[in-house]
Amino acid sequence: MEENQNIQFPEDLLKEVNRIINQFPEGKQKSALIRVLHLAQAHFGYLSVTAMDYVARLLHIQPIEVYEVATFYSMYDTQPVGKVKLEVCRTGPCMIEGAEKIVSYIENKLGIKDGETTSDGLFTLKTVECLGACGYAPMLQAGEKFHEHLTEAKVDELIEMYRNKPVANYMGLENNG
Amino acid sequence: MARKLLLENAHIEGIRNYDVYRKNGGYRAVEKALKSMSPDDVVEEVKKSGLRGRGGAGFPTGMKWSFIAKPEGVPRHLLCNADESEPGTFKDRYLMETVPHLLIEGMILSSYALGCNSSFIYIRGEYMYVLQILEKAIAEAYANGWLGKNIQGSGFDLDLFVSPGAGAYICGEETALIESLEGKRGNPRMKPPFPAVSGLWNRPTVVNNVETISAVVPIVNDGGDAYAAIGLGKSTGTKLISASGNINRPGVYEIELGVSVEEFLYSDQYCGGIKNGKKLKACVPGGSSVPILPHYLVCKTANGEDRLMTYESLSDGGFATGSMLGSGGFIVYDEDQCIVRNTWNFSRFYHHESCGQCSPCREGTGWMEKVLHRLEYGHGKMEDIDLLWDIQRQIEGNTICPLGDAAAWPVAAAIRHFREEFEWHVNEPKRCLESNYGLVTEKVFEKVNA
Amino acid sequence: MSETTKFTVTIDGKTIEVDPGTTILNAARMIGGDVVPPAMCYYTPLKGSGGKCRTCLVEVSKGSEKDPRPMPKLVASCSTTVMDGMEIKNKSSERVVNARAGVVEMLLINHPLDCPVCDQAGECHLQDLAYEHGKSSTRYEFDRRSFNKIDIGNYIKLHMTRCILCYRCVYTANQLTNQREHGVLKRGDAAEISTFIEKSLDNEFIGNVIDVCPVGALTDKTFRFRSRVWFTKPMDVHRDCPTCSGKAVAWMIGDEIARVTARKDQYGEVKEFICNDCRFHKKEKSDWQIEGPRHIDRTSVISANHYESEIPAHTPLLNKA
Repeated sequence: MEENQNIQFPEDLLKEVNRIINQFPEGKQKSALIRVLHLAQAHFGYLSVTAMDYVARLLHIQPIEVYEVATFYSMYDTQPVGKVKLEVCRTGPCMIEGAEKIVSYIENKLGIKDGETTSDGLFTLKTVECLGACGYAPMLQAGEKFHEHLTEAKVDELIEMYRNKPVANYMGLENNG
Repeated sequence: MARKLLLENAHIEGIRNYDVYRKNGGYRAVEKALKSMSPDDVVEEVKKSGLRGRGGAGFPTGMKWSFIAKPEGVPRHLLCNADESEPGTFKDRYLMETVPHLLIEGMILSSYALGCNSSFIYIRGEYMYVLQILEKAIAEAYANGWLGKNIQGSGFDLDLFVSPGAGAYICGEETALIESLEGKRGNPRMKPPFPAVSGLWNRPTVVNNVETISAVVPIVNDGGDAYAAIGLGKSTGTKLISASGNINRPGVYEIELGVSVEEFLYSDQYCGGIKNGKKLKACVPGGSSVPILPHYLVCKTANGEDRLMTYESLSDGGFATGSMLGSGGFIVYDEDQCIVRNTWNFSRFYHHESCGQCSPCREGTGWMEKVLHRLEYGHGKMEDIDLLWDIQRQIEGNTICPLGDAAAWPVAAAIRHFREEFEWHVNEPKRCLESNYGLVTEKVFEKVNA
Repeated sequence: MSETTKFTVTIDGKTIEVDPGTTILNAARMIGGDVVPPAMCYYTPLKGSGGKCRTCLVEVSKGSEKDPRPMPKLVASCSTTVMDGMEIKNKSSERVVNARAGVVEMLLINHPLDCPVCDQAGECHLQDLAYEHGKSSTRYEFDRRSFNKIDIGNYIKLHMTRCILCYRCVYTANQLTNQREHGVLKRGDAAEISTFIEKSLDNEFIGNVIDVCPVGALTDKTFRFRSRVWFTKPMDVHRDCPTCSGKAVAWMIGDEIARVTARKDQYGEVKEFICNDCRFHKKEKSDWQIEGPRHIDRTSVISANHYESEIPAHTPLLNKA
């Protein structure tokens, strides 16, 4: 970790950070935290302690204030994950429509369990709570994209697609983590 | 054909873009309000309209607005709650991605009415692509003089921003939303003070749902009276219903409040009936938090009257035989669905989403999930049913925020109406799993017909 | 409203006049005795504390003289302010008694109940709470949440498994020290007090987190396992301290000072916080001026064998025997 103490956002991201901070009144820059953490995660791949400490410096807040937030919200990863996160909704209406079968299909296909990452570091499978697509169940989210009305065939296609192009756009950024 | 106010133009090609939206009557309400109405006039129209909060609680919007404190020299804020996360609910996403300018127009009108000069849309982090749609639309609105300084020469200034969450159902609770927008954990605040007095950065704040704010546009355009003329009694206007589960036509529908549940469930204009010719077993009419209704209480009330899609009719009979309109998340279960499994699934959701601040919810939601899991997987005991009943009672009403109630109600209602099904899980522990989760539903029907 | 205006409130039939802005809990404490609700997270000197544990729930049977309607839900007495004419039921309400028993059960399901080996035993508020308001058995049959014990600095042991997430230590660090380094991480029943990265808390006032902790989650490493608290003899002591008030309690074993704490009132609240130097480093009798035995409430186990004054030779109690 030590060698990464000097990590930094590139110029365009720093500009974006400033744009976000300027949406809030002076002295309320902490309000930018959640969005800046999304940026950090998209850029660095996950929220390492180094990345979180960097965000704390950017926003002039204590590191613990960042840790508290990063561990509260379910979208943040404080451990490394695969390049593509397959987040399958498991709640009520999706369960009725067969989300559990989709999850076990992906588990078998990729040889990983819920929460694990493939050995090539490409895919992470995660079951998540309701993503607001109940009428188009079952569904999964990859990056910021919703994939709905899933079938086993559709899952095959998706995995093939992401295998060839393991980039999940996020906040207009390419995940190069 | 039912009248549509929010989705009237949703089918128009390109309506997401400013030019098309404007050409189809967009921003007419803002023109009207800024030219010919005072802020109080707008509040008055909203009061007249009878509009009630569309996020779930159904509190009268005009009244909520009138509570906002107006201390001299202190900025006030309008926050749009776009943290839609209630299982069964997906209407706000549809509305925002289809007609983003409608929400922006509503934000301008509502901010004007409340005297806010900087307003925020707080959107759940998982809707990041919708955030981008909104930001693009906001940029168009700025470019065309509907946002920024001195809007359309009226002297009214408004800045509008979108801010994301990052995965937390609890941030749909208004004080947790405020905490989150301040860059903190989504821990609900103790009330009082209410946000209307001390909200975002301790300033007077109003938090309204996406659909509520969007409804202000037709209310200003056509007048509060015209809006109130639609609907039934105190359930005025139209409502977006998210329909999901075992139905032929799942999706988002705009209904005139007052349509019968039977029509909504079976007509081809809406849900189109139960899929695969199966029988209706149960329905959760207002999102996962509201009590589940067994099939014999879905289309009729306990008194034998037609059940209507209104705040009043859906709650007719209280929790004993009624439910709630809630957020309008209408989930339908056919005869193959297992109520115990569904209740366990919802309990897991609330356990996952509890912020952990207050003890009954932090400890009780996990406990309920564990007991329900045990029952569903064939290791339950008869006492577990009463234990669950006790736990939910120990949570309900005793927590800081309504998440505790939301976790308790589905468990209580499932036991109240489907106790036999819980007992079968104890008596015939393997039967549920072996039948691929479909339980001996015929017994449910026998019971009613007997 | 003139400054002399007082509000009349009645709790379990006992009436008192208090200043506007007083919370129900503090009004009850002014009356004292049985009408006082228990409080596990509220802590008067810590701004923002309270509302979380839900043990202080009471029933408001009459809202005020002006609006006599009862409040539909039980309210947290620590964060609800009184209104003129308000009537409140504490132990006289069956709803309150039941709800409180429910909350106690919730607080205990993930508590390790390792009281026999816990340093807090004897001065643990959760023990007292469970004894007074709980039930005699638990219905919880699943694994309890557990964490590893960690050192946060040279003097403080964090035993997260015992924590009831009252947040008092977080408020203490926020309000007493210039840089908070620990906080609440994760959420729901996975939430924990932590520094996230292993870090020692070494602010000169950080030792106060030990005193505000209602359970044995934060303990003084210089005292751990040295003695059960009821075998120590608390003495009010003071010293001329350049950093804090220097007013403390020395817990003695014979002539030795086993530990030093701040002075707590009958509700366990510290009014004057002390510095780390007084707490951890002044363990010689010669460091302190001894004022005399500390008053200990008769209900506390620590009061056993604790004589606060010479016993007169002819006390009626002794004569009766």
